[in-house]
Amino acid sequence: MIPAPFDYKRASSAAEAISIVSQYGDDAKFLAGGHSLLPLMKLRLAQPAVLVDIARVNDLSYIRDAGDHIAIGALTRHTELERSSLLQQHIPLLSHAASHVGDPQVRHRGTLGGSIAHADPASDLPATTLALGATYVAQGPNGTRQIAASDFYKGFLESALSADEMLTEIRVPKMDGAGWSFQKFNRRAQDWAIVGVAAWRKGSNAGVALVNMGSTPILASSVNQAIAQGASVEDAARLASSEAEPQDDMNASADYRRHLASVLVRRALEQSSR
Amino acid sequence: MKVSMKVNGVSRDGDVEPRTLLVQYVREHLGLTGTNIGCDTSSCGACTVHVNGESVKSCTMLAVQADGCDVVTIEGLAQGGEMHPMQKAFMENHGLQCGYCTPGMVMAAISILKENPSPSEEDVRIGLEGNLCRCTGYHNIVKSVLAAAKS
Repeated sequence: MIPAPFDYKRASSAAEAISIVSQYGDDAKFLAGGHSLLPLMKLRLAQPAVLVDIARVNDLSYIRDAGDHIAIGALTRHTELERSSLLQQHIPLLSHAASHVGDPQVRHRGTLGGSIAHADPASDLPATTLALGATYVAQGPNGTRQIAASDFYKGFLESALSADEMLTEIRVPKMDGAGWSFQKFNRRAQDWAIVGVAAWRKGSNAGVALVNMGSTPILASSVNQAIAQGASVEDAARLASSEAEPQDDMNASADYRRHLASVLVRRALEQSSR
Repeated sequence: MKVSMKVNGVSRDGDVEPRTLLVQYVREHLGLTGTNIGCDTSSCGACTVHVNGESVKSCTMLAVQADGCDVVTIEGLAQGGEMHPMQKAFMENHGLQCGYCTPGMVMAAISILKENPSPSEEDVRIGLEGNLCRCTGYHNIVKSVLAAAKS
């Protein structure tokens, strides 16, 4: 399968990429690792007229200690998240979740910014950064703005980014020694999660988010509130699907997904509470 | 669009449509048909090649994205008629049955050992999660990779 024809432009800076995309509006797409976009283009589910390759914008690939948070350049690849000693020390949940994305070949190409901008509810890292209370930085023709992860995901593969805005940085609060867990339930290695759970807990503070439980990554606010109010792990886990709207598909029914979510949230909270 | 990359140590220049996949480029433009296309959806790993020393699925990369890169395919492993130690290990341990997944398995396995020179059996199995063997011959494939790690 070969994508439909398109024009290819290569940008050497974020500003250049944004200026090219601004000329074409909705007809243009940013291309980073291409591991979300190219499969869609091969299936003709996406047919952009122009691809703007940003993979060579070198100054957007970094993992830096920024005091209370770690700042991650949008073009940082999964394999770099997986290996980063800074992340392993301060945000082990993100580093671990990155090691479960796809397979090694996919992780050599896919980027954190690409995965988040693609906004696939079945992807691991949108939900993980949502659980961690991350802030995303977007750059557009008129400068940059910050978007809370909880305000970012608008619908299936839809985000708060406008067509000419590019994700440049992901800011993730340090976990400060919180317990954590990443649960990914799938049938075969390298598959997307049928249901996934990213969770952390420190005393009565908890952050739980769900993978593939609706049209967007889902913040399990009811679970987080229940833990804050002193509920047991079992009772909190029963609320796992309160914000979710899971769908039936070839892998699982919506009911089965709700059941799985409760089981996996319970396991995740137990592991995070140790 | 003009592309120029080093393939198996040799500089190759080409002129491609932007939509040309890297796997198409090496197979059809350069005649290097050792790299197979299996699923064509980045699941099976048959098309695995190395780009700048790392394993990638060449069905999910455009040739223009590899412009200026160092690409190695299965044809680039043997040196002076001598098989690469990983190829030798696959031969000696019967690490292939029909052989379709083999080029991708070998390329993925070399990348695994580069990142982790002395993997456990579990590391190898997890490391090969992106490569499917339709004969289900995983046992000897894993054995081959462990043997190569030892040599």
